[in-house]
Amino acid sequence: MSERSGGAGPTAGAASTEPGGGPDAGVATRRRIGLIVNPLAGIGGRVGLKGSDGAETVALALALGAVPMAGARAAETLRLLAEGAAPGGLRGHLPGGHSPEIDLATYPGEMGEVVAREAGFVPTVLGSIQTGATTGADTRQAAEDLLSWGADLLLFAGGDGTARDVFAAVGGRVPVVGIPAGVKIHSGVFAVNPRRAAELVTEFLAGRAGLEDREVMDIDEDLFRAGIVSARLFGYMRMPYRRALVQGAKSGNPGGPSTLRDVAFGVLAEMDRDPGAYWILGPGTTVKAVAHELGIEKTLLGVDLLHRGRLVAVDVNEAQLLAFLARKPESVRARLVVTVIGGQGYLFGRGNQQLSPAVIRAVGREGVVVAATLDKLHALGGPLLVDTGDAECDAYLSGHIKVVTGEVDRVVWRVTA
Amino acid sequence: MTTIDPKSPAAEGAPADRYLEYSAIDTGYRAVRWHEKTLYEQSRPGSTNAILPAVEKGIVDAVGDVVAALPAAARRARPPEMPELSEPEILRHYIRCSQMTYGYDSGNSMGLGTCTMKYSPRINEQLAALPEVKALHPLQPEETIQGILEIMYGMRNWLCELAGMDEVTFQPRGGGHGAFTDACMIRAYHHARGEDFRDEIITCAVSHPCNPATASAAGFKVISLYPDEVTGELGIDALRAAISDRTAGIMMTAPYDTGVFDSQIAEYARLVHEAGGVVSLDQANFNGVMTRMRAGDLGADMVHFNLHKTFSTPHGSYGPGAGAVAVKKAFRDFLPVPVVEFDGSRYHLNSDLSNSIGKVGTFMGMVPNVVKAYAWVLAMGAEGLREASEWAVINNNYLIKKLLEVRGLDISWPNRRKLQEARFSLAKLHDETGVGTLDFNYRLADFGVQTYFESHVPRIVPEPVTPEPTESISKEDVDQFVAAFHHISAEAYSNPEIVLTAPHRSIVHREIHDYENLTQVPFTWRVWKRTHPDG
Ligand SMILES: Cc1ncc(COP(=O)(O)O)c(C=O)c1O
Repeated sequence: MSERSGGAGPTAGAASTEPGGGPDAGVATRRRIGLIVNPLAGIGGRVGLKGSDGAETVALALALGAVPMAGARAAETLRLLAEGAAPGGLRGHLPGGHSPEIDLATYPGEMGEVVAREAGFVPTVLGSIQTGATTGADTRQAAEDLLSWGADLLLFAGGDGTARDVFAAVGGRVPVVGIPAGVKIHSGVFAVNPRRAAELVTEFLAGRAGLEDREVMDIDEDLFRAGIVSARLFGYMRMPYRRALVQGAKSGNPGGPSTLRDVAFGVLAEMDRDPGAYWILGPGTTVKAVAHELGIEKTLLGVDLLHRGRLVAVDVNEAQLLAFLARKPESVRARLVVTVIGGQGYLFGRGNQQLSPAVIRAVGREGVVVAATLDKLHALGGPLLVDTGDAECDAYLSGHIKVVTGEVDRVVWRVTA
Repeated sequence: MTTIDPKSPAAEGAPADRYLEYSAIDTGYRAVRWHEKTLYEQSRPGSTNAILPAVEKGIVDAVGDVVAALPAAARRARPPEMPELSEPEILRHYIRCSQMTYGYDSGNSMGLGTCTMKYSPRINEQLAALPEVKALHPLQPEETIQGILEIMYGMRNWLCELAGMDEVTFQPRGGGHGAFTDACMIRAYHHARGEDFRDEIITCAVSHPCNPATASAAGFKVISLYPDEVTGELGIDALRAAISDRTAGIMMTAPYDTGVFDSQIAEYARLVHEAGGVVSLDQANFNGVMTRMRAGDLGADMVHFNLHKTFSTPHGSYGPGAGAVAVKKAFRDFLPVPVVEFDGSRYHLNSDLSNSIGKVGTFMGMVPNVVKAYAWVLAMGAEGLREASEWAVINNNYLIKKLLEVRGLDISWPNRRKLQEARFSLAKLHDETGVGTLDFNYRLADFGVQTYFESHVPRIVPEPVTPEPTESISKEDVDQFVAAFHHISAEAYSNPEIVLTAPHRSIVHREIHDYENLTQVPFTWRVWKRTHPDG
């Protein structure tokens, strides 16, 4: 599986503090935004098809009378952007009340051109499509073309499938904001709604946003139709996030800013308290940042096993983990470091199925170290979620749990199934 | 409620200022603006004010050349770079600066939540300015300062009674300093018991940020709890998740800065004690509960009050604060020194406490504030304190009822009764009009009332608004404040540009809050010159 492609390796700590728009972002300059609308995203949902992947599903959905939604969702975001009227809008935030001028490029027709023009933009139109029969390949091509055009940010409307296509094409090379328009939204790269998407773009353009690695996830639609949620983690893209909730030096966060690096140091402090333990390291950039501070190259998407500062196994599956736990001496504890899916809040059951109920029970609730930046937690606006597929295990995990948010900072957050 | 007259200048796009003039609630306020330079920039070399006479011969003969006695290394090579100006010029400068400020004495300041902006009686200022107080030397022998020690001891007795505690220190210079004193005592307490491994302080996101901050400054790790979405309380389950064998204590504010009083504090205290921890309450927001609850009775080991809030001594803009910390007997020995003692006939300053955390400030503490606070408490009496807190709570609940009629404004934890203050949210207004709390607040300044306190961070409540009407304000003050809110809300819905470009009558347009670069702010003239070589 391809990891974050163009990224600067595991120094993820830097990514979360970097100002969104680069050094000159506060100045009203022309910024380039690339727009992709997956016109067929979400089409299966309204007619109960639980997804829109695959030409057959699309055909079936259309036959069932489904109406494409993505265009309308994208139009709302674009309208707010064009007006500069998103809440906390551009005027108030830029020196002198200027709006940055947006250069918009997009793909023809229903892939962006139509809604862009409707919103009052005069877009640069790239590529070509076959109207009415667009596919994931078009999304991938569009993402690539927009990147070559020089987009500072890709704004796309779709669902998990669309996010995967964008990711496959551009990886972590350009920040993205997803406008949720699909049936499946498990990835962390989506704003809560089209209005918030406009706000995030605004914050980004104003140079006020931070950038954060967010999960690209998708579930198996066939299993989903059979009632089973099996979300897989495909990688990470960078997404702006609002920093308004937690303001730098004023954050009431005594130990300093809650960056990935600070969180990593906090986890190391927990490790120091249990030096003999086997440490199971879950997927994600947060946990990878911990390994990085130890000078260890951890897999980004996999579950690795650490003992006394050394990796003893990488990318293990559930069976391997259980075998390992069974073999270890009784006196040595097993501990587990996990993070939270950004924007979604899942702790277990999405993208880390290796950490099954059996593994969780073997480690025990008190053996779990949850790590996340304060921004990530605050942006959730709600509890952490568990969906292990085992109601008893979910109940066992529910309640309140300590989260490492900095070198000396912890918060207690609610967990529900 | 104010509505926009379609024929009004605002609707026609006239300057927002004109629009306000058409409304009944215009106070006519316009900030005085001077292009006032700093004294350094105004300096004219050679100008001077008082010219001191030369030292008389008799004195020179008696003490010799005092400068010669200084070691060479301690002497300045150059005289200090001080501005050179005449006395009237200096006076004029400070008068102008004061004209450009807005403070409690200028008008309605009930917006400043968690600050308890109550009236500071002028007569108490006069008492503190008496030569018997003002001219005391901090190192005078004890027998010559019996009167001031009696005042301090008297105030100590009142605070012990109000807090349900056994001893008081007046050493901390403010609330944050009081919290720091608590954190240091907690550390010293565990050290004395050989339990240095206790390195975690539990606090919460609706406590004043000085609680986590001072705990951290004292070397602790900090665990923050969050209020439940429905009850606004921390909850036993959350606390249990935070408690461990490393728990050093809990430091929390009561009531919270949301105006909610957590009904389970006694149980939290019990659980923390059971785990071997210490319980510290921050009662800087004591105003709404004076004489109605006592920290000691709830199980707290220590509590701090702000004399400069609840007890009427002036504050704001970093004026002289005074945080009084009251402790239970078991913690007396850990207090900063000196403490005032009474042996039945004489008052003493005792600096000999075996486990003392030492000094947290110089000399006897913020003596003038103690004098003013004591005068206030004596004038009020126990009944007066009770009544004052009742009025404060009633005023606040009247405000809540009135403000909730404002379009676009909601209250957090709506089903909880609020005490001295409440946290409102303009999230709805923000979503519907694009006008957020910052914009709203800037506009409020145009009405000749003090802007409001938004929120401590982290900002759990979006677009927050936290006013606090104390017992000192009138119904008319509340009505004026509410009328301004209605007016601004109506503007936001009909002509948001007015609000988004506010203030229109102040001396500065909008502050640039660049907190992330706090370290680059030149706080002194010397730093300014270094960082701005070209002026
Ligand atoms: C609850 C609480 N604690 C502490 C403080 C800090 O007090 P000071 O500003 O005197 O340090 C405040 C001040 O607003 C407060 O409201």
